Amino acid sequence: MRFNALSVLRQGLAGNTGWRPHWRKPDPKPEYEMLIIGGGGHGLATAYYLAKNHGLTNIAVLEKGYLGGGSIGRNTTIVRANYFLPGNSEFYSHSLKLWEGLEADLNYNVMHSQRGLINIFHSDGQRDAAARRGNAMLAQGDDAILLGREEVREILPYLDYDQARFPIYGGLYHKRGGTARHDAVAWGYARGADQRGVDLIENCEVTGISVDAGRVTGVTTTRGQIKARKVGIVTAGRTSQVAAMAGLRLPIESHILQAFVTEGLKPCLDHVVTFGMGHFYISQSDKGGLVFGGDLDFYASYAARGNLPGVEQVMEAGMTLMPMIGRAKMLRSWGGIMDMTPDGSPIIDRTPIDGLYLDAGWCYGGFKAVPASGWCMAHLMATDQPHPVARRFRLDRFATGDLLDEEGTGSQHNLH
Amino acid sequence: MRLPCPCCGWRDLREFTYKGAADMLHRPALDDASGWDDHLHNRTNPAGETRDLWYHDPCGTWVCVTRDTVSHAVISGATLGEAR
Repeated sequence: MRFNALSVLRQGLAGNTGWRPHWRKPDPKPEYEMLIIGGGGHGLATAYYLAKNHGLTNIAVLEKGYLGGGSIGRNTTIVRANYFLPGNSEFYSHSLKLWEGLEADLNYNVMHSQRGLINIFHSDGQRDAAARRGNAMLAQGDDAILLGREEVREILPYLDYDQARFPIYGGLYHKRGGTARHDAVAWGYARGADQRGVDLIENCEVTGISVDAGRVTGVTTTRGQIKARKVGIVTAGRTSQVAAMAGLRLPIESHILQAFVTEGLKPCLDHVVTFGMGHFYISQSDKGGLVFGGDLDFYASYAARGNLPGVEQVMEAGMTLMPMIGRAKMLRSWGGIMDMTPDGSPIIDRTPIDGLYLDAGWCYGGFKAVPASGWCMAHLMATDQPHPVARRFRLDRFATGDLLDEEGTGSQHNLH
Repeated sequence: MRLPCPCCGWRDLREFTYKGAADMLHRPALDDASGWDDHLHNRTNPAGETRDLWYHDPCGTWVCVTRDTVSHAVISGATLGEAR
């Protein structure tokens, strides 16, 4: 079933009774060539690109709950390529290019909206840093425009330009940045993978990883034993537990990141805006709710909900930047579980166990990375070689000192 | 969430700064390079009961807190001398 204007029209006239489920519900086979543990955005994208780019379809994705029920459905949906460090820059640039062709590729409306992202800065030092970052983005082949205070005021008239404590000096404008509909990304990749023959197996929790003489041989699940030559762990949020089944201890600590959404409002916020004097970012969803978030809660947690000091800090930052949002009622808040690494960058690499691969450590930047992460993890699993744009996301970089500390905040999990 | 300071009793979360897992109390030998890599970067990261280190800013006490990372229940707090 392909989506197009004609099919929508036909279904509309037929009372929308002809739509079919987007993917099958197969039972697991006893053996596959490859297994992907984790049916979130990254796992489904990995399966999709294994099938599409490498022609490998004897694959199953094992998901303990339902597809897209983890962090892919719990984020603030921002898509951008404004990274600075070599290693990150080319990876996120590749990801944004994949985003730009994603809807046509998947034949699925992921509501990718390149509404522009503006990072506000508040001092001469921050302006220098923004100019430097912007130059790095241009050198990578992406887009960046350095705006002065009056230029920002033209685009974002509702910010507080009068306050003395955090004066607005300008902003770094990344026009190709924006948002996408988070669930639809998972559904689109799931449908694409399923159409190419990948088995998507829900309610199938992996309870053990079998290793024989240093080589992975399969997994034990709540739906029986499944053999495979290669297994990919793509379970950000629960990576430490899954990797521990294979005896691995990883450079990951789990933290909560809270996000918030207000009641639906008429269109008032046309871009993604970030505050430079406190971690705060905001956009408006297509339903009208203001979606925003801030820092981690800073302590290890799997609770999927935060504490009130985190809420207070985010609200204060939001009110400082744009007092107009004080009139909106907050509808709900939630917490996502972040795989935090000591340098704030992810891991896409082989593990010390042959045939076992790891895609993890997405910190709080996993959503925008979904297409490139799937692309590069598929490349790694199919060829046993790292993809050129992900070659620095090594598991051993903490031992060797080749860190990718984008924010320069130091080697501790909760500082990023 | 409130945490127990051995000197001040139960205090608001905002009075504490988080350091990380209490595994860090046990340092490897000075010449053990892979031990230091593990000590600085790798974490057991349990989903459930854990022990971690917090600094109580007002009184300057390091506290080893036993708590649950899934339910956010806080069980007990000890000085580092007791925790070691």
